[in-house]
Amino acid sequence: MSESVRALLYLAAAAAFIVGLKRLGSPRTARSGNTIAAAGMLLAVVVTLVDAEVSWTVLGAGLAVGAAVGALLAIRVQMTAMPQLVAAFNGFGGAASALVAGAEFVEADGLDIPAEILATMVVSVVIGAITFTGSMVAYAKLQGILGGSPATYPGQRAVTGALALGLVGLSVWAGIEGQAAVFWASGGLALVVGVTGVLPIGGADMPVVIALLNSLSGIAAAATGFVITNSALIIGGALVGASGLILTALMTEAMNRSIGNVLFGAFGGGDGGGGPTGGQVRTTSPDDLAIALAYARRVMVVPGYGLAVAQAQHALRELAGELEERGVEVYYGIHPVAGRMPGHMNVLLAEADVPYDRLLDLDDANTMLARTDVVLVVGANDVVNPSARDDASSPIYGMPILEVDRATTVVVIKRSLSPGFAGIDNPLFYREGTLMLFDDAKKALADLDAAIEDV
Amino acid sequence: MLEPFVVGIVVFTLASFVGFELITKVPPTLHTPLMSGSNAISGITLVGAIIATGAGSDTLSTVLAFVAVASATINVVGGFLVTDRMLGMFRKPKERIAEDGEGT
Repeated sequence: MSESVRALLYLAAAAAFIVGLKRLGSPRTARSGNTIAAAGMLLAVVVTLVDAEVSWTVLGAGLAVGAAVGALLAIRVQMTAMPQLVAAFNGFGGAASALVAGAEFVEADGLDIPAEILATMVVSVVIGAITFTGSMVAYAKLQGILGGSPATYPGQRAVTGALALGLVGLSVWAGIEGQAAVFWASGGLALVVGVTGVLPIGGADMPVVIALLNSLSGIAAAATGFVITNSALIIGGALVGASGLILTALMTEAMNRSIGNVLFGAFGGGDGGGGPTGGQVRTTSPDDLAIALAYARRVMVVPGYGLAVAQAQHALRELAGELEERGVEVYYGIHPVAGRMPGHMNVLLAEADVPYDRLLDLDDANTMLARTDVVLVVGANDVVNPSARDDASSPIYGMPILEVDRATTVVVIKRSLSPGFAGIDNPLFYREGTLMLFDDAKKALADLDAAIEDV
Repeated sequence: MLEPFVVGIVVFTLASFVGFELITKVPPTLHTPLMSGSNAISGITLVGAIIATGAGSDTLSTVLAFVAVASATINVVGGFLVTDRMLGMFRKPKERIAEDGEGT
């Protein structure tokens, strides 16, 4: 195969990525878009194998192991664990990019590497390494292996900052001089920085972190593309890099915090000094609530991370079905950062067979809330906290929220009055018109479903 | 034409703009499959890993290449499969009514 033909076929693969991503823009075409992108990947791999000098044993072994592990995880992992799975896959991708650049460096073996190639090797190894360890820490935090609260210690910011600066310096030195020791040192330090960077970030900020790491893995792939001069890598990497950056920006906007605050602010963790203030709350029971729900015209459900933790999405669907049979309109208000990953709630609800036209984004939900009879807040807290709108001294002030207090009745299903991720109290619980249903989400929803059947 | 590296920069820049345009059109409801799908695409680095297996024949190179191929393959296979699985769950409203057999 001539190099020109090869290059054109790589371009075709990249085109498939672009078409695939475009089709990902609508639920109707998204699945076929994913398949098209996958076909592009297959094309790129096949093109690489033709006439190539590869070690078939190493290759075969690597492909077999990778495919088996990847397929197993993809098929078996529950939707509630999707954030950590994406984080883990992302880490593997970053590692691969770093290793490929590293392998190229080893192969060059001290011969004169052109300046720009050496620079991209360093970029690829460093960013790939950060992506790898950062993603693995994110995985551990989401999976509960590491604590979800930000792990801080005295002088933490100074240490993280110093390490990051050191990494930049070392990388520049490696990029200019190209000595093996410096090169590997920068890679090693990058692994450390990945850990120290993500460790202090709290669980509910993980959507931003994963989106950012997603972007970094794309950039690492693109850098590797420069190292081996392959346009499929450069284009694919650029697409993913841009995608991740946009999602990161969307997330930080949705939380009304700067990316700096998310990465370095050690936000949340329950010690923001705002535990329950001990005001009066009005409680309700499934039986009482069932009547209000059954005779409502419109109900909106606001799901949060608590729904995922309680694995209550199916119970919710049952309840919604019961209500819809009685002529109640049921909608779902999805806050952009509900859950632990952008779009996490949507996937959980889709898994439970909720049709996607009932899933409303922030603006649509807020418009509809004024005409909603009952709002069911299930496992969500900060995203419905009116302090973000009314209290200028609140840490979450300015964050766009789902304004559930616009509806006639608000019901909050929660296990207790403990604060959400931001560690602050929620005035929503104490206002008139709000009823609290203290129970596990899954049990509460199942009880409600049963109670409504009796109405 | 220009040096390959410079061409690469041009391609990278244009692709970034394309990426920007494409991704801003994806609705929030599809952000999770977008992340897993774009993540799978970043596994294109597998191409580099495949080439790397043919590089050195010493143990270090072989091990590096094996790990690179395996890691990238996990990313690619796992990523596309899980994205497909997720997207299969997004059911059209019409389908749902037809299957339930009830009108509203």
